Amino acid sequence: MTLGVAEDDAEAMFERGWTDGLPVVPPTPERVERMLAGTTRTPDEVVAVVPPDLAECTVEKVAINAVLAGCRPEYLPVVLAAVEAACTDAFNMHGLLATTWFSGPVVVVNGPVTHAIGMNSGVNALGPGNRANATIGRALQLVVRNVGGGRPGEVDRATLGQPGKYTFCFAEDEAGSPWEPLHVARGLEPGQSAVTLFAGEAPRGLADQLARSADDLATSFAACLRTVWGPKAVLAFDAMVVVSPEHARVFAGSGWTRTRLVEELHARLRIPGAELVRGAGGIAEGVDPAWADAEIPKFRPDGLLVVHAGGGAGLFSAIVGGWASGALGSEPVTRPVGT
Amino acid sequence: MTRVVLDPTAEATPAVRERASRPADLTGRTVGLLDISKARGDVFLDRVAERCAEAGLRVERFRKPTFTKPAPIDLRHEIATKCDVVIEALAD
Repeated sequence: MTLGVAEDDAEAMFERGWTDGLPVVPPTPERVERMLAGTTRTPDEVVAVVPPDLAECTVEKVAINAVLAGCRPEYLPVVLAAVEAACTDAFNMHGLLATTWFSGPVVVVNGPVTHAIGMNSGVNALGPGNRANATIGRALQLVVRNVGGGRPGEVDRATLGQPGKYTFCFAEDEAGSPWEPLHVARGLEPGQSAVTLFAGEAPRGLADQLARSADDLATSFAACLRTVWGPKAVLAFDAMVVVSPEHARVFAGSGWTRTRLVEELHARLRIPGAELVRGAGGIAEGVDPAWADAEIPKFRPDGLLVVHAGGGAGLFSAIVGGWASGALGSEPVTRPVGT
Repeated sequence: MTRVVLDPTAEATPAVRERASRPADLTGRTVGLLDISKARGDVFLDRVAERCAEAGLRVERFRKPTFTKPAPIDLRHEIATKCDVVIEALAD
């Protein structure tokens, strides 16, 4: 596609509808060629069928969108893995895009690639300032927009949306973690690199500066987790908990593994039906009154993901609320990063 | 100086198909009621079914497995085969 002599490059990208509202890097043939040097895969290989238009997406199309997003070539294998994971039936990118809820794809990256490309898992891990974090998540969103045809206000029907739908990608802090890496907990080998995609809203803060035992801290976490979607929603949405180093130290000090933490959270989130039925607590929202005598888990058994990240100061963690979970909506998907 | 950029889109134009024309009235027609599995969509469709029955119409009920995914192709085919018109319920 040839730009007009008098066209401004940045304006031309906006006018063609290729951006998320922020400026993009014009995908010149030279830049795309350099981007493609970041992978051993051939440009015409089909990576995924991207919803909502169910368009076949080649490595080259991913590379073009990675250029737009501002990626360096060495990020491309991570972007490719994220696109593959997003476009699985299990992750259900179509529904995640179309929902009126806030959620979008959250990308957690594990393994050696995080160091090789300089990702941030520490101070401000969920915030701005790191090129790889910022542009990998953005490239995935641009692929859905440009290749899949998923645009806000069209198939993307979010009532409010959230800023993480520009980009939401970070690395797990494995070196400082008391636990095995997330991708290993999800069945991959420790030496592998991987992406885990989660259908998530914006992160919300969770503070507890006084708990000195894992028991106390887990109870605090559970009280905050109870409000995902709303305090009376049960077995509906998943959640990701991003545990900061100072909170992780409290859990590790009590000898809790990641599995133990998840089990303890589930145990604290079994809620009497009487508190959940419509009208209870003065809240009209709620479950069918027939459940009044039951005890109902807040989350399904696979509905809690625990990730370790963040700076060394701050007894804060983050909850990333999910979206319709499991076969009903979206399953978290972990996929190896190739070359 | 002209500059060339590569197209980031699928470079495809979706096929546009015309909607079937709406019947002037429903006499003798079969009305499909599609519940997309959203909470309380059935409340709406139950009432529509009552009204259809009062009007002497044939009603076929259908349900998507989940509201978050497009209707399976077999379900779409079944609806298209059995029904003249469809009412789809979205609720919460």
